[in-house]
Amino acid sequence: MPPILDVRQYTKRFDMHVLNGKRIHALSNVSFSLEPGELVGLVGTSGSGKSTLMKSIYRTYLATSGAILYQSLRYGPIDLVRATDHQIIALRRDEITYCSQFLSVIPRVPAVDVVAESLFRQGIDRDRGQQQSRDYLDRLGLPQELWDAYPSTFSGGEQQRINVARAIIARPRLLLIDEPTASLDQRTKDVVIDMIVALKAGGTSVLCISHDRYTLDRLADRRIELQDGHVVAASEPVS
Amino acid sequence: MTNTSDTWLLKVEGLTKIYGEPNENSVRLTGPLFGSNICPETDCIVACADINLELFPGEVLGVVGESGSGKSTVVRLLYFDLESTAGVAYFSRYGNGTLNILNESGQKKRYMRNHLMGMVYQNPKDGLNFRFSSGGNIAEKLLMAGNFNVGRIRERATELLEQTEVPVRRLDDSPASFSGGMQQRVQISKAIANNPPLLFLDEVTTGLDVSVQAKVLDMIRTLQQELGIAMIVVSHDLSVIRMLTDRTLVMKNGRIVEQGLTDQILQDPQHPYTQLLVSSLL
Repeated sequence: MPPILDVRQYTKRFDMHVLNGKRIHALSNVSFSLEPGELVGLVGTSGSGKSTLMKSIYRTYLATSGAILYQSLRYGPIDLVRATDHQIIALRRDEITYCSQFLSVIPRVPAVDVVAESLFRQGIDRDRGQQQSRDYLDRLGLPQELWDAYPSTFSGGEQQRINVARAIIARPRLLLIDEPTASLDQRTKDVVIDMIVALKAGGTSVLCISHDRYTLDRLADRRIELQDGHVVAASEPVS
Repeated sequence: MTNTSDTWLLKVEGLTKIYGEPNENSVRLTGPLFGSNICPETDCIVACADINLELFPGEVLGVVGESGSGKSTVVRLLYFDLESTAGVAYFSRYGNGTLNILNESGQKKRYMRNHLMGMVYQNPKDGLNFRFSSGGNIAEKLLMAGNFNVGRIRERATELLEQTEVPVRRLDDSPASFSGGMQQRVQISKAIANNPPLLFLDEVTTGLDVSVQAKVLDMIRTLQQELGIAMIVVSHDLSVIRMLTDRTLVMKNGRIVEQGLTDQILQDPQHPYTQLLVSSLL
C-alpha cells in the first residue's frame, strides 16, 4: 500500500510585503511519508517549522515548491499543493482534520455544538450529533454544567479538551494534531491518549506535534525531527 | 458548508459595472495598480470589473475589501438591484444554467428574486417595508412567490420568526419599533422565507453592537448548516468572514486581487493589499 501522505521536497517561504519584502524561509526541502494507520510524532524546538508543516498539509499555507501526495478515498491520489479549493473543502469535511494548539472559539456557540460541528457539517442531525458530543465531553471529564456554556469563558485545560473532542469526533481518515496534551493533568492526558489510540486502531493515520515525551512514548510509531525548517532526524518504526 | 458538490450553483465571468461614460481605456487605467477606480480619461467610475467567480451549492463565499472596493456592487448586480455594464452570470437552478441571467427580462429576474434568491441588506430599511408588520413583510415575499393561503402564510411567518428568535407575539408589529438586531433578524426571515438556494448578505452585522452581532452570526451559521443555503457574504470585517465563510475573495478598487480558502487568506495572504488588511486586524 502506498503511504497515505507523502511529502516531497516541500519548501515554504513567506514574503512579507508589509515588511519591505522581508523573506522568511520556514521550510526547506522537507520530505517524509506517513503510512496508513501510522502515528508519526513531529518534534523539534519552537520555531523549527512543525506547525508550518502541519498548516501546509492542511493547505492553510500555500506551497512555495514541492508536492504533498495524499491517498484520498474520494479523489484517489491527489497533490494537496495543487488541489482546487473545492477539493480541499471536501477533503476537510470528509477526510482530513486539523486540530490546532488553541481552540478558536466561535462566540455564543455552546460547547456541545462546538464539539459536534464536524458531524453537523457531514449532515448528521442535531440530536444525534449532540448526543455523541456529550459522550465525548463526559469521557474527557468536562463538568456537565459546562456542556451548554460558551467555551470562550473556559480554562485553558477545558478549552483543550473541547478542541481535541471536536477534532476526533468525526473519526477523520487523516488527523493533524498540534500539542493535544499540553495544559492537561495526567489523568486527562491519559484519557486523550487513549482516545487517539482508539482512533488509530480504527484506521486513522495521525501526524502529531508534541513536546511531551510521555505522550509521544505512548503514541508514536516513529518520530521526525525538524530543525530550522529542515528534517534532521527520522527514527525507524518501533515494531 | 453542508453539501459542497462538484458542480457550480452560480458562475460569473467578466462582471463589470461602470458609472458614467467609459472609453476603451477605462478598465485598463483603473484598479489596484492605479489605486483608483476613477478613469483618468473620462472620469467614469469603474465600480467593479472582470469579476469571475464560482459558487457551489451549500457553499459560503466571503467578499472582503475596504469601502468603495466594489464588493456590494457585485452582489447588487447579481441580485438585479443594479444593471451590469458587461459580463455573464449563469445560475444552475434557472434554465439549467445555460442562460445569462443578467440578460433576462425584468419579469424573469423578478421570478428569480422571488423564488430562487434572498438578499439581506446592511440597512433593514432597504429590505423591509416599515409600513407593514413583520409578519406582513414575510407574507409579501411568500405572496410574490405565489403562496396565497393566508393560514399557511401565517404559519410559515411564525415558524421563521421562531427560527430567527424574534418573539412571535410581535408578528403584527411594524419592524420600525424593533431594535436593530431584531430588524436584521426579520430581514433574514424574509430573505429565507421561500427556502432559496442562494442568499446574499451585504454587511449584515455592521452597526450592531458585539453581543447582537454574535447572535446574528450564530443564527446565520445555524441556518446555513440546517438548510444548506449557498451564501455570498459581503463584509469589511475579517472576523465575520472568518466565522462564516469557506472561501474568500479580496477586492480592491473594483477588482479581485486575491482569492482562496478563508483560513489561507487570513493566515498566508499573498497580495500586498491582503497582507496589509490582515495585519491591520485587531
